[in-house]
Amino acid sequence: MSAYDVVVIGAGPAGMAAAVEARGAGLSVLVLDEAGAPGGQIWRGVEAAGPSRRGVLGGDFAKGADLAAAFRASGADYRPRATVWNISPEKVVDYSAGGGSRQAAAGAVIVATGAVERPVPMAGWLLPGVTTAGASQILLKTSGIVEPDTVFVGSGPLLWLVASQMVAAGVPPKAIVETVPHGRLMAAAKHLPGALKNAAALAKGVRMMWAVKAAGVPVHTGVTDVAIAGATHAEAVTFKGADGAMRIETRHVALHMGVVPNPQITRLLVCDHVFDTAQRAFVPVLDADRMTSRAGVYVAGDGGGILGAAAAVLTGRLAAMGAAEAAGRPVDEGARGAVRAALAKDAAVRPLLETLYAPAEAALAPADDVVVCRCEEVTAGAIRHAARLGAAGPNQVKSYLRAGMGPCQGRVCGMVVAELIAAARGVTPGDVGYYRIRPPLKPLPLSELAELGEAEPVAAQ
Amino acid sequence: MSAPGDPRPAPGAKAAAPGAPAAAAGGRLPAPPAGGGMGADLIVIGGGIHGNSAALHCALKGMDVVLLEKDTAGRHASGVNAGGVRQLGRDVAEIPLSVRSMEMWHRIADIVDDDCGFQAAPQIKVAESEDELSTLAARAQRLRDLGYDHEVILSRDEVRAHLPAVAPHIVGGLASLGDGFALPYQTTFAFARKAAAEGVRIFEETAARRVTRGADGFRVETDRSVFTAPKLLNCAGAWGGEIAAQLGEHAPVEAIAPMMLVTARMPHFCDAVVGATGRPLSFKQMPNGTVVIGGGRRGRAVPAENLSHLDFAQLKHTAATAREIFPIMAGARLVRGWAGIEGRMPDDIPVLGPSSTQEGAFHAFGFSAHGFQLGPGVGSVMAEIIADGHTNAPLAPFSITRFRAAA
Amino acid sequence: MPTRIDAAGEPIAFTFDGVRVEARAGDSLAAALLAAGIDTTRRSAVSGMARGPYCMMGTCFECLVVVDGVPNRQACMVEAADGLVVTTQDGAVDAFAHEDGGREMLA
Repeated sequence: MSAYDVVVIGAGPAGMAAAVEARGAGLSVLVLDEAGAPGGQIWRGVEAAGPSRRGVLGGDFAKGADLAAAFRASGADYRPRATVWNISPEKVVDYSAGGGSRQAAAGAVIVATGAVERPVPMAGWLLPGVTTAGASQILLKTSGIVEPDTVFVGSGPLLWLVASQMVAAGVPPKAIVETVPHGRLMAAAKHLPGALKNAAALAKGVRMMWAVKAAGVPVHTGVTDVAIAGATHAEAVTFKGADGAMRIETRHVALHMGVVPNPQITRLLVCDHVFDTAQRAFVPVLDADRMTSRAGVYVAGDGGGILGAAAAVLTGRLAAMGAAEAAGRPVDEGARGAVRAALAKDAAVRPLLETLYAPAEAALAPADDVVVCRCEEVTAGAIRHAARLGAAGPNQVKSYLRAGMGPCQGRVCGMVVAELIAAARGVTPGDVGYYRIRPPLKPLPLSELAELGEAEPVAAQ
Repeated sequence: MSAPGDPRPAPGAKAAAPGAPAAAAGGRLPAPPAGGGMGADLIVIGGGIHGNSAALHCALKGMDVVLLEKDTAGRHASGVNAGGVRQLGRDVAEIPLSVRSMEMWHRIADIVDDDCGFQAAPQIKVAESEDELSTLAARAQRLRDLGYDHEVILSRDEVRAHLPAVAPHIVGGLASLGDGFALPYQTTFAFARKAAAEGVRIFEETAARRVTRGADGFRVETDRSVFTAPKLLNCAGAWGGEIAAQLGEHAPVEAIAPMMLVTARMPHFCDAVVGATGRPLSFKQMPNGTVVIGGGRRGRAVPAENLSHLDFAQLKHTAATAREIFPIMAGARLVRGWAGIEGRMPDDIPVLGPSSTQEGAFHAFGFSAHGFQLGPGVGSVMAEIIADGHTNAPLAPFSITRFRAAA
Repeated sequence: MPTRIDAAGEPIAFTFDGVRVEARAGDSLAAALLAAGIDTTRRSAVSGMARGPYCMMGTCFECLVVVDGVPNRQACMVEAADGLVVTTQDGAVDAFAHEDGGREMLA
């Protein structure tokens, strides 16, 4: 078993920044990432993207190339295509790479596994042709693929970002169907003065929306009762809008309603979590150095609460500074103070975004016949029924109905299941809790476990 | 602190008669008001399958029962075990209880209004060598000598008739053909709902902090209130030793964490529940195609924190064993591993029967990782000794007094 | 149909259910299939219903396919390569499917 001062999980903005900072402090660092190249989701494919693709994706995307270069030069051991499948309480990390499993002992673990898109359960969302908005963007970033027939449904900055990038690529989407309720803008407006501290982010958002509307993309706002029609494939989006019942024919629907922290590793490690009502999501409890309730386990980036890519870099640095300090290395308090100040400024825009783009109630309380757990095909009605029978929380529903027991291990349905049980019991998701996450974190070939410890070490890249 | 369980009684729960005190209605209830007290005929500590089954059977005999569960029903071993419903291979002392329970399993839906996912299926312990087959044959002969005929030897061909996918090196096996398996959480949840429907007042997230004996019977203090009853049943599993200690009795319970693995769905290849003779294994394919693999290799139980940790250095052997006995498993994909906290006694049989120090107190804990099948039967036996004062079931080997010398 | 906005990546090809799929080096299998207009990649092992790529980032396990005989591979996480033999994952698939083709669908 190899040993490192720090094992960073994830090579997105937070993970790369943490690795660079920790190496700068003289620590030995292993970075494990599932993707084939650094960048995470936000800067996915940033090293490979040529000038034209970078042009379409915008300046914030191009910034990722500089950090990726610094990360490559940092001297951290970097293992792409490595899937972490267990972390013991003693911080021994099991990961799968190249067809075998290996172990690394960590002095500190920095979890930089980012966010996942909030599920948007509605009639028809299981049909082929329906993806997340993030999926549309990944296709664009990694392969330059765009689908002009796409109808975006939901709300949130990412939805507008992807649409604006498609416009920049000269292939605008077919329509935007926005579920932000009328009146949200007024509620969000009170956060505007605070948000002006990060005027650049606000301006970027406004520019994205203008660009999409200027390109002539039909934008339907304040819609309700959204559903996807189709038998074996998406055929249309239906909804109620300003002009009554609407139907847009399309075979490509991209859903989005914001992102939530990826909870798998912090839940595996039984770190304390709280339900953040502003983000409408569970977040791990973190101290000022981004350390969880479990000593030596830090969270950098959106996994600790949604703050976006710029903040992810800053929190990655903070986590690495914390780990370095805990390892007895000196930390430049001036630099740390500057990072904290920058983080506070960057976060100023969050209350506005969180209010404006809070998930629509329909996504949190889908109709009884809507499948919520996509893997095991468990409906919202079945979950409500189990709650009425006395299943107190997600773990009871999981044991009773198999919700969250499929290959995705609850990654997609977890938030909705907690919301449904909470609503049925008349309490908050914080009261009912979340799935207990058990290893392996991702499905593992049985043969790989049977041969555990027998694999030859792979050379780090 | 979150609210305990769904405050509404389960559907079918007896409704309180108009004007009757609310406490008379059964159901899954919130804790009584802070500082309040509540009386009953019997307090059951522990909401696993044994606590719920005994509570149900006592209620059916007309007792007013309160059940206290520190977490939620089936949170630990009862809800997350491998689900084997097994007479095969039991300690001889357990066989009468196991046989009685098995009869109940085959009509489980009539007892708890839920099929519990029970499937009748052979339980087969395979022999990987002639030596192992001889061991199994001796076991079968021993049971026949004692008058039991439910364990039978299978030849090489007979094993393959039941298990076409078994590895070539398997030479035979020992089977109990009338056994089966069930879904543990669904079962424990069903017992809890049926108990509630029969009037048992179930309080979840209500830990029994202190147990004493006073003039008014047993007093069980919880964080918010005090429960009193002339009779007390300790079904606290891995925590059963702590309750016994408060009654002045020694029961050396070890908290263990038997580990299990489950695969993604596979094509149908196995209809029996399979064990091995020379190494730990419990192996079954569920009707949905997933394969559950356990067999007793242990993780680390941390009962004080309500946690268990998996030990993959041990599970590696579980995976290897499964693959060697069923070669098709070389292509399986593991989706999840887990462990539940269970109480194990040094001699691997439970503590069952009356307290030796406090009249009116009873024990049913320490099932040592094979209590699930016994749940229906032991509940009915405990109801006989608690409500009727006697049972025909031979409980002497399970007396808590067997640990007195070790105290 | 989807279009590509640039010409990055060397042309490569694999087969999906026996049909040749043109791709670019750097594509995931899922990206290449979507670019080719193929968005049904498995049938649910629960109900048999058609499913396809959803998250494209390894989270949802909707895009499971059989790659060179190995089932349960996430098409969005496997890089496309020349000559791969990719097939629809039809329910629960045996990694070592019997030669008689006796793959059974499970309800």
